[in-house]
Amino acid sequence: MEQKTEQVRTTWDRVQTAREEKRPHASDYIAKIFDGFMELRGDRLFGDDRAVIGGIAGIGKRYVTVIGQQKGRSAKENRHRNFGMMKPEGYRKALRLMKQADKFGRPVILFIDTPGAFCGVDAEERGQGEAIARNLFEMAGLRVPVLAIVIGEGGSGGALALGVANEVWMLENSIYSVLSPEGFAAILWKDGKRVEEAAEVMKITADELCEAGIVEKVIPEPEAADREHMDDLAGYIKQEILNFLGRYDAMTPEEILNQRYERFRRMAVPGSV
Amino acid sequence: MLRGKFKKTETLPAGEDFPESAFPTGGIPDTGKKNGKNRSRKEIPGGLFRKCDACRKILYEEDIRENWYCCPECGKNFRIDPWTRIRMLTDKGSFEEWDRELAGDDPLAFPGYEEKLQSTRERTGLTEAVVTGKASIRGSRTALGVMSPDFIMGSMGTAVGEKITRMVERATAERLPVILFCCSGGARMQEGIFSLMQMAKTSQALKRHDEAGLLYVSVLTDPTTGGVTASFAMLGDVILAEPGALIGFAGARVIRQTIGQKLPEGFQSAEFLQKHGFVDRIVRREQMRTTLGVLLQSCACR
Repeated sequence: MEQKTEQVRTTWDRVQTAREEKRPHASDYIAKIFDGFMELRGDRLFGDDRAVIGGIAGIGKRYVTVIGQQKGRSAKENRHRNFGMMKPEGYRKALRLMKQADKFGRPVILFIDTPGAFCGVDAEERGQGEAIARNLFEMAGLRVPVLAIVIGEGGSGGALALGVANEVWMLENSIYSVLSPEGFAAILWKDGKRVEEAAEVMKITADELCEAGIVEKVIPEPEAADREHMDDLAGYIKQEILNFLGRYDAMTPEEILNQRYERFRRMAVPGSV
Repeated sequence: MLRGKFKKTETLPAGEDFPESAFPTGGIPDTGKKNGKNRSRKEIPGGLFRKCDACRKILYEEDIRENWYCCPECGKNFRIDPWTRIRMLTDKGSFEEWDRELAGDDPLAFPGYEEKLQSTRERTGLTEAVVTGKASIRGSRTALGVMSPDFIMGSMGTAVGEKITRMVERATAERLPVILFCCSGGARMQEGIFSLMQMAKTSQALKRHDEAGLLYVSVLTDPTTGGVTASFAMLGDVILAEPGALIGFAGARVIRQTIGQKLPEGFQSAEFLQKHGFVDRIVRREQMRTTLGVLLQSCACR
């Protein structure tokens, strides 16, 4: 059993690792990577979604806007954070902060970690679909560099709504998928128990998605990420973020826009673009 | 007869009466053959009758056709194939199809998907779940996309995303408005993450179209759900819907199961969305052409 987790990791193993409680959450990365973080709250329309945090942070003598989907650890904390499942007001808060970043020329760093957008009556009433769509649409117009890092679960449209970035990176044991393996098995095979098989066929691991051109970089986890021992991992990510910012310093806003457009434009039927 | 059932649906103040005979037949092939699996379940052999899935009345197919493919008894808007929709909407002979040959493939090598695509193509006569092109509606030129409810639930895979993106990009280049009839179960699961990415791709093409100052009208028809609702369906300058259409992000069953919440009456209907501020107008089928014509003209001023 131990050998399995060390050497031959199945996709299902990784799904479980991505959801582990000891895995660092957005707030852990923000605390370790950035020099100070000032949280800014609320969507100015309805409320402040605690499943997502955002604000201004410092890194390498410059300011950036940081936004992260935030899971909880205890049952109480998870109720407060809604298990990292955002409602429309969360997506609208994130968009407000991204547009603010655009206005003041701050790069945007996003941490993705959600089972998916919240499914509920209130979310539907307030336009969950519209909120996600609006983020996809408006993120396409940001003139600052945008980097998204999938740190745990990248669940469907709820993740993509923070994922229209110039580059998307994934931690080695994170996943990014159109639907959870559970949901996928239930919909396509009417059998929610075939999750392991679903996870294999879906191409949801960092390595598979990097190979498929969906993400640019896999952040190695020599040992599965653990919030108690995350200094090396955070240091590595910090250096990579600084390199990213350096690469985009030389680009004009138009070049940044076009690069992001072409990034998603390529994701098509093979040979058709 | 129908008027009383749709009191909340106002008619357009401007615009003439529908000027042509109900169904001008252009040179467009009728590919909506009534031999599909879904249809045959509802139909009595021979295709003469159909049972309304809302009011359960037995209806003549001919009466349905003459009533804009709506139930003559209860007004239910039946799902229709793209070519029927195009015939109902566009000026006779004006539709020019784009990217007809563009077809999807099987990026996950998903078991049985190739076969499903093949049999769906044979059954529907369509290559993919959306037909795109250029047409004129009451004399105004526009790019027009119509999704098919019969093609794997109108789901969006790479080919659907690519066809819609190309249509929007070409409309931007040719300075045309875009009208898109949405009808979809959401992202196509068989293409996994590649389907998800089409939401971003189509939305960013619409962003450029928008920045060029061009009109985009999305029309939400039954059903519009999931990843399509969470991308181009909700991005129209004007969002129209057909009466009674199911429109939502998460499925009602999923919400009921995972949250254990009781669902309010009329949840996720077109009328529910309008009440909550997400739909501009609910438009009956016989008014759709007039409504779109007025919108196209009113936004062609600059």
